[in-house]
This record gives sequence, C-alpha cells and structure tokens, in this order.
Amino acid sequence: MDLNFTSDELAFRDEVRSFIEANIPAETRHKVLEGLEVSRDDTIRWQQILHRRGWGGPNWPKEFGGTGWDAVRQYIFEEESAAAGTPRLLPFGLKMVGPVIMRFGNAAQQKRFLPRILSGEDWWAQGYSEPGAGSDLASLKTRAERKDGHYVVNGQKTWITLAQHANWIFCLVRTDPAVKKQAGISFLLIDMKSPGVTVRPITLLDGSQEVNEVWFEDVQVPVGNLVGDENGGWTYAKFLLGHERTNIAGVGVSKRELARLKRIASEERKDGKPLMADPGFAAQVAQVEVELMALEITNLRVLAAEAERRAPGPEASLLKIKGTEIQQSISELMMHAAGPRALPSRRGATGDVPSFGPAYAAPLAATYLNLRKTSIYGGSNEIQKNIIAQTILGL
Amino acid sequence: MRFSPTPEQQQLGDMVQRFFAEQYRFEARRKILDSREGWSKEIWSKLAELGLLSLQVPEQQGGIAPAVVETLLTATATGMAMLLEPWVSSAIIATVLIRELGSAQQREEMLAPMAAGERIAVPAHFERAARYDLRHVATSARRHGSAWQVTGRKSVVLHAPAADLLLVSARTSDPADQTAGISLFAVPREGPGVALSRYRTLDGMYAADVDLVDAPGTLIGAEGTAFAAIATAFDQGLAVRCAEAVGALQATLDATVEYTKTRQQFGVPIASFQALQHRMADMLIHVEQARSMSYLAAMRAAESSGRDRRRALAAAKVVVGNACRFVGQQAVQLHGGMGVTDEIAVSHLFRRLTALEMALGDTAHHLEQFVAASAEAEGT
Repeated sequence: MDLNFTSDELAFRDEVRSFIEANIPAETRHKVLEGLEVSRDDTIRWQQILHRRGWGGPNWPKEFGGTGWDAVRQYIFEEESAAAGTPRLLPFGLKMVGPVIMRFGNAAQQKRFLPRILSGEDWWAQGYSEPGAGSDLASLKTRAERKDGHYVVNGQKTWITLAQHANWIFCLVRTDPAVKKQAGISFLLIDMKSPGVTVRPITLLDGSQEVNEVWFEDVQVPVGNLVGDENGGWTYAKFLLGHERTNIAGVGVSKRELARLKRIASEERKDGKPLMADPGFAAQVAQVEVELMALEITNLRVLAAEAERRAPGPEASLLKIKGTEIQQSISELMMHAAGPRALPSRRGATGDVPSFGPAYAAPLAATYLNLRKTSIYGGSNEIQKNIIAQTILGL
Repeated sequence: MRFSPTPEQQQLGDMVQRFFAEQYRFEARRKILDSREGWSKEIWSKLAELGLLSLQVPEQQGGIAPAVVETLLTATATGMAMLLEPWVSSAIIATVLIRELGSAQQREEMLAPMAAGERIAVPAHFERAARYDLRHVATSARRHGSAWQVTGRKSVVLHAPAADLLLVSARTSDPADQTAGISLFAVPREGPGVALSRYRTLDGMYAADVDLVDAPGTLIGAEGTAFAAIATAFDQGLAVRCAEAVGALQATLDATVEYTKTRQQFGVPIASFQALQHRMADMLIHVEQARSMSYLAAMRAAESSGRDRRRALAAAKVVVGNACRFVGQQAVQLHGGMGVTDEIAVSHLFRRLTALEMALGDTAHHLEQFVAASAEAEGT
C-alpha cells in the first residue's frame, strides 16, 4: 500500500503542468479562476490546443486517437487542468457518446464521429430527460418510428445542457411502446440541423441560459445513426451513466475552489481581522477541507479498483454524492465569506449589474445558485442512494 | 500509488480476522468483559504467538517495525472484534515510546518481554487539566542521587490495572505548557508511591486514575527531551485508533443491514423502506470516507514528521470521529428498541464508537488542531 505517485507519474504531472502553463490562453484562465462564464469559443479553442498536442482524448484508448492513459494519468491530467484553470472539457462527446460509440457503435460510426469529437468540430448534447421522465428515465416518451430507411422522431427533451452550442445530439427514444419500458428504448444520433428540431432556452435561477428544451417534430434520422441494436438503448444508457459518474467527484475543481474560498476569506475583514482567522468560520472551512481530503483518497481507491475490474462500479454513486455536497458547501461558504457584498450579483436575472464591491464578490451568488443543480443532475443524489442501498448493501 | 496489500500482508490480515472470528465471538468476548480483570491473559498470549505484539518492535529486538500495513490491517480487525486487551496501549503506544526514547539496553530489556506477552506497559500521560493537549504535563520528577522520584496525578490511564509498567511523563524542568523539559519514566504499577483508582470506561474497558507520590521511576532516554517521542507515539496511536474505528464502523453497518433485513413490520422487512435505505447509504459513505482517512493516517504517521503529520492525522480523526458519531447513533436508531439493550452487539459497538470518537482527542479538538496546522503551513 502506497499513497504516493511513482516517479514516472510525477514526471508526467510535471509535463502536463508545464504544457498547460505554456498554452492556456490568459483570458480563458482568468474567467475560469474567477468563476465567470466561459464561452463556446474558449472551450473549443482549448480542445483544439490539446488535440494538436495529441491530448484531445485524455480518457480514450489509443486505437481511437486517444492518449491511452491509465486511470492514474487521467486523474493527474484532470487535477492539473483544474488547478491551472483550464475550461472543463466537454463531457458529452468525450465521456458520454464517445465511449458508447467505441463500445457499441459500428466501424462507420466510429470513423465518422470519433475524430470530430477530438478535433472539437462537433459539439454534442445529451438528450435523455423529458418533462415526464427525470429520475424515472425509462418512462421516456419521445417516439422514433421506422419508415423507409429513416426513423421519424417526435417528442420533447429537456434540461439539455448547452444545446444552443451543439450540432449533434444523442437521444434515448422509444422504438417499441408495446414491451416493458426498459426494453423498447433505442440510442439515436441526431443532427441538430435536421428540419423539425427546435431549441428553446430555459432561464435558470442564476440568470444563466445553460439548459434548453429540444423539440422534435417529424425529424428524419437515417437508420445508420442508430447505435447498436434497436431496443438495446437502455443497456448503452446505463453504460454511459456509469462513465459519466466516474469523474463527477470533481476533486480537482473543488481543491481549486477551496483555495479561492480561502483567498476570499483572507481578504474579507471581520472585527478588523481576516475572516479566515475567525475560529467559527475557519472551522466551517476546515470541515469541508477534511471531507475533500477523504474524498480524494476514496476517488483514488475507486480508480485503483476500476483499473482491475474495468467498468466503474456502484462506488461511483458515493463519489457523486460526496463530490457534489462538497462543491455546494464550498460555493455556499464563498458567498457567505463575501457577506453583504455577495448580494449585488453580477449575473442577475435582470441582466448584468455593475460591480459594487471587490471583483471577486460579484459572481459568488450566481455560482452558489447555479451549483444547486449538481445534486440533481447525473442521477439525483437520492437515486444514487437507492443504487448504494440496492447494489452495495443488498437491501 | 497502490491500495492493495501484498499477498503476505493480506495473509496476515486474513489470519487475524480468522482468529477473532473463531475466538472472539460476541459471547466469548462477553465472558471476558464480565470477568474481574476485564481482559484475558490467554488471548493476550495468543496475540503474542501470532506476532501481533511485535509489529512496532524494531528488527534488532525481534520485531518487524514499521509494519505500516500489517498494523493497519490488525487494528481494523481488532476494531471489528471490539478487542478488550491492551493492544493499542502496550503493543503500539508504549512500544513506540520505548523504541523512540530508550537506550539500546532499555530497548533490549523492555521490548522483548512485551513482544512475548510476558509484560505489559501502558502510557500514563494525560492529566485532568490537559483535556487532550499533549503538551500539558504538571506531574514532576526529582533526582535523588542517581534515582528519580515522580509525583503527580495521571487521569483516565487506559488499561492501567492490567499493566506491569506505567510509562509516566513528568516535568524535569521548565513551566507547564512547554514542550521542553518533559521526561519519561518507567514506574512499576505495584511499586511504592503508586495508587490506582480503578474503574470501567463507558465501553467496559478498565482504566484508572493514577496517584504518584515520590514514586521511584527509571528515566527512559535522555532527561527533558521526551516530547517529540511522545508526539510520535500518540500520533501512531491516533492512526491505529482510526483504523480500529473503521473496523468497528464496518461491523456496525453490517449488523444494521443484517438486522433491518430480518426485522419484519407491516408484513415486510424494514430494510425495504426507503427512509431506512437512504440512512444506511449515508452510513456507508461515512464508513468509506473514514476508511480512506485511516489509510492516510497510517501512511503519514509512519512517513512524515512535524506539521504535515499533525495536519493529516487531525484531518483523519475529524472524519473518523464524525463517522463514529453518525454511524453509531443511526445504528442504534435503526435497531429500534433492541438497539438500547445490552443484549446485542450493536449497543456494545455504539459504546465502543463513542469511546473511539473521544480517544486521543475528539472531533472539535482535532478540527482546531487541523486549523492551526493549516494556518502554519500556509503562513510559511
């Protein structure tokens, strides 16, 4: 048993660190570190920079153009990226539809779609949830009927993150309404430019338009865009959810945000002294920090177990719950650290407001509000507890 | 980075677990608990035969120190079994004290019989006014020619009634609350000037307050320089307590899962209710977070020194302490009326977890320690 990285891993970390240092655009980094909105171009530019270095698919095997890094190297890469303030790589292509196409797609689909994910040419969206199918995803109603070499898709998807930027969407659709609900679902790849696709943004509680409704009205999708078997989609969806959860602990980002929290609490004054020196506040910060230390090791334990068993196990649910609780706690403490200065919010529902306090204070309330989503998305934390109860505890 | 033990380490871990599963079941343990001594010499000899008393003994004296993983696995197994014998006091803390401070001759004379199970030594360090502060020593020692005499009162000395030797910390110079000027003395428990007020702690262990009046003692190591070794030994003890707690936590969660699957109400097992399932999922998260920190504590206690070690161990004890409290309380709750009886394991586990939460510093204490160590680390 050894919790330290090997010398090879440390050399790899240094290589990643210096590459990021030399190549991250200063403006992008500033936005990430200060909690400001990152644009579509910021994200794509960073994907392209990594792609040119051969690092466009940090979690992909070499045969599909990925780096072939093992779980520890992927983890180090994510840690370093988070610490340095790079934009988050888009999970929808790299961590969701990509692995599904590699595992269940045909050769033509692999050749057509995978390189365009690495190069940043395609921006994918995830079409899972519907107004009537959230935690109970299998009850989804969007229909796909096969007619003359096409599927004709009708229905409505919702909570589609950044669909306004996407040119492709992968969807779970119902292809057989007569059977048990899980058995009649297929996995379809849909071009967002197809006639009949409408995107309607949803304004969120922080004033952002991060998610959308996507409507499908008689949308024609070539049968060649079906992944795997017709009515086999539920299996692929579960495979994907497992992959989505592995990195959801967000340890690297939380470490960076914790450091920001400490900076803010050192700037803020209470009774003429730094807020960070206040025993009550310091104890609250410490409580989150020790939880994060534990989560980091729990995360490494899950990675190590995964390296032996391949697919992520139900332990991923634990990482999701604890990781999101920590992210939320840090954002909450940051807002409270700024105190009344957190009230003049930069990204209010009525548009931008000028800053009335230190620059760091303006986005804090919006971030706090925004991060409430984390315990809801990706399988709500209550669903994760069901998974733990059933799969790990055997209840 | 590697989390799995080597095959040899795993073998030892399995052997220890098997030993307790066979010889330390609830009823067998209960007999020991209800006995006059509250611990078993027979079990103690067997622990010696299995080599579990020499994990922290240096090679020169026939041990296998530092044995980080072996100690971790053994501690977790003792936690599952709720071991009553003075393993942590004698085979860990006292052994590390002698190993770190003693002269070559003292190590030879004291450690070999301890490892063989023939002699038990326990630390007598904390005092009433110290709470959990290691630096607070008011007990004093004076030299009379070449002999030393110790005077003072040591508080809640765990396993003192079982000990042959008490390892007593005492000031030989400087005022209280300084780390300098503290020395360590080996004082025979049955020697002159030593009086024990014996009692049981909340989890059934024997402990005592120890009054020392001009009690003759042997100085261990050099005069006035014991504090660093005391800190090392108690940090090692803290790491072991964390691993022990993880064993007790796992046993508590297992017992609760088992009970709720068996107990029927409204015509179904109560484990089928979501409120209970989510509670047990929360318990599992606490157990796994605590397990992670027990690994960190074990590694850092052996590897690093000073501030980093302090910071990691304080963090570990906070996470483990929170887990002890949550898992223990919820286990009793989910066992319903049975949970508050003395008859089944869960109430014993709950009492053990409560004692472990307070052992060597409670959560509030270590949160403070963590803040202080972090501030120091960030200030430099």
